[in-house]
Amino acid sequence: MIEPKNNASRFTETAIGRKKQFTERIAKFVFLLMTLAMVVPLLLIVGFLLYKAWPALSIDFVFELPKNGMREGGIWPAFLGTLYLVLISLVIAAPIGVMAAIYLNEYAKENWFTRIINLAVINLAGVPSIVHALFGLGAFVLFAGLGRSVLAASLTLAVMTLPVIIASTKEALSAVPMSFRQASWNMGVSRWQTIRGIVMPNSVSGILTGIILQVSRAAGETAPIMFTGVVFYKAVDKGDLLAYGLLDQCMALAMHLYTISTQVPGVPDAVPFATAVILLGVVLLVNALSIVLRIYIRTHRKW
Amino acid sequence: MLHRSKYKVLSEGIIECLIRVCGISAVVFVFAIFLFVFWEGKGLIFSGEFEFWKFLTTKEWYPASESNPRYGVSALIAGTVSVTVLAMVIAVPFGLGVALFISEFCSPKLKETLKIVIELLAAIPSVVWGFIGLTIMNQLIMKLFGAPIGLTVLNGAIILALMSVPIIVSIGEDALQAVPDSYREAGIGLGVTRWQMVYKVLLPAAKNGLLAAVLLGVGRAIGETMAVLMATGHAVHIPFNAEFPYLHGLDSVRTLTATIAAELGETARDSSHYQVLFIIGILLFTITFVVNLTADLIVKGVKGK
Repeated sequence: MIEPKNNASRFTETAIGRKKQFTERIAKFVFLLMTLAMVVPLLLIVGFLLYKAWPALSIDFVFELPKNGMREGGIWPAFLGTLYLVLISLVIAAPIGVMAAIYLNEYAKENWFTRIINLAVINLAGVPSIVHALFGLGAFVLFAGLGRSVLAASLTLAVMTLPVIIASTKEALSAVPMSFRQASWNMGVSRWQTIRGIVMPNSVSGILTGIILQVSRAAGETAPIMFTGVVFYKAVDKGDLLAYGLLDQCMALAMHLYTISTQVPGVPDAVPFATAVILLGVVLLVNALSIVLRIYIRTHRKW
Repeated sequence: MLHRSKYKVLSEGIIECLIRVCGISAVVFVFAIFLFVFWEGKGLIFSGEFEFWKFLTTKEWYPASESNPRYGVSALIAGTVSVTVLAMVIAVPFGLGVALFISEFCSPKLKETLKIVIELLAAIPSVVWGFIGLTIMNQLIMKLFGAPIGLTVLNGAIILALMSVPIIVSIGEDALQAVPDSYREAGIGLGVTRWQMVYKVLLPAAKNGLLAAVLLGVGRAIGETMAVLMATGHAVHIPFNAEFPYLHGLDSVRTLTATIAAELGETARDSSHYQVLFIIGILLFTITFVVNLTADLIVKGVKGK
């Protein structure tokens, strides 16, 4: 009797079986290659950006003022402007977005009207950023008479990032089990008190994740703020945290990167690369924070 | 019997009212976007000189000409179409391939890591992508193809592909996860390999969701502004012709979105140039609206079954 050499040869190998295993291996390999083709460039690009930015990159680069027509010095006014835009748009978008999500998840019945709202949320997320810019210009800058200002740009960003907050808050709220609400209602607690006392505390970290994502999105956008309040250059004092008023124009990191890489001639290579690295760093850090928070929620869930 | 104070009842009424108002905010904003963009562009539409058909089909785009301004967007539409199509040729197989790999072929631990990487890839701001196109890809294309300039359809398409892959992957992966495990078990139980199961069972079962994922990727590619503004070279030009290979990847083009971004800053309010840019805005709004609506209907169709 012939002993089988291994498990595989215990079955009779047929031509079809071999072909089948061969295709299987090929398919797996191709998909692996495709995945690598997406992941490797990301690492290469980040590495290359860092490499080119290295000569200009320092803590001072963030806190210095730009000099010599933005060819030297740092990016402080742009950094500060982005901070302003992000915070103000957050203050506007977060309450509206969270309440809209509460409505959709807790109050809305399943009917055509709710379907239209959900459709609108998806479409709002899909509107091109440059159309948001046109809307901001028409509605906030001209119609509301805010002029090109921090407030107009923040409002435009808020409208644009609203779907991000609505979608993730809705997800966080719907993760709270229905039985929690039913238990509360049975005690005679009203709908809103249930939401405030039971649903919100149990989903607060999920809501926070969405808000963090909004920050990352708002920090990176360029097109919507281009015509609504952000300018090429604005002089501020070094270290002045209250440099911009609500109705002032401001600079922003994303716009600054666009300006110095396309509009200003003779900028040394390292400066736009360093600006790109700082912008990318801020956005990825904020995103990483939301990912960490999400993993924390998943491992510490109480139910 | 306990009574709640009048103040509490009132404040609860107010807050519920507020929630309902915020609930419809998204609908209000979508309408407002359309209305305001239309409002700014309406002067030209109703001026009598504007012919919509001519606007769509002629390719002369000389908006700043003093004596004879002409507004034909067919070259700009060709720019958008060429970049989007080439981007999708790259992004669709890669996006679906990665979605399949993440969903079916890799270990749970690798899956978590890859999902995080894809999420970070999606978070990179468009202006940074544009900058990558302007610097890295530009040099690369000049070296690889010996082209005089690297800011081309191909450059923009590769950048857009990298930008839309994360959307296709995450929506596509959702669609694959929505297929019940019993389908997979039935296939595997019959002794087929994983690839046969994917090809014969999973893809047909998830095809609507995957189609929606592709459509959302298309929507993102059409609407993208900064990346294509910086990476496609900014020449009003139709990159198609009747000879093989029909689409010339090494031509520079300009898209609808890039035109608005580049020219709006230089126009005076209520000039016809300013208004025509808003009409392009309406056009873009309508296109992405239709694409997103279609994607939504396809997904809802799946859930309805």
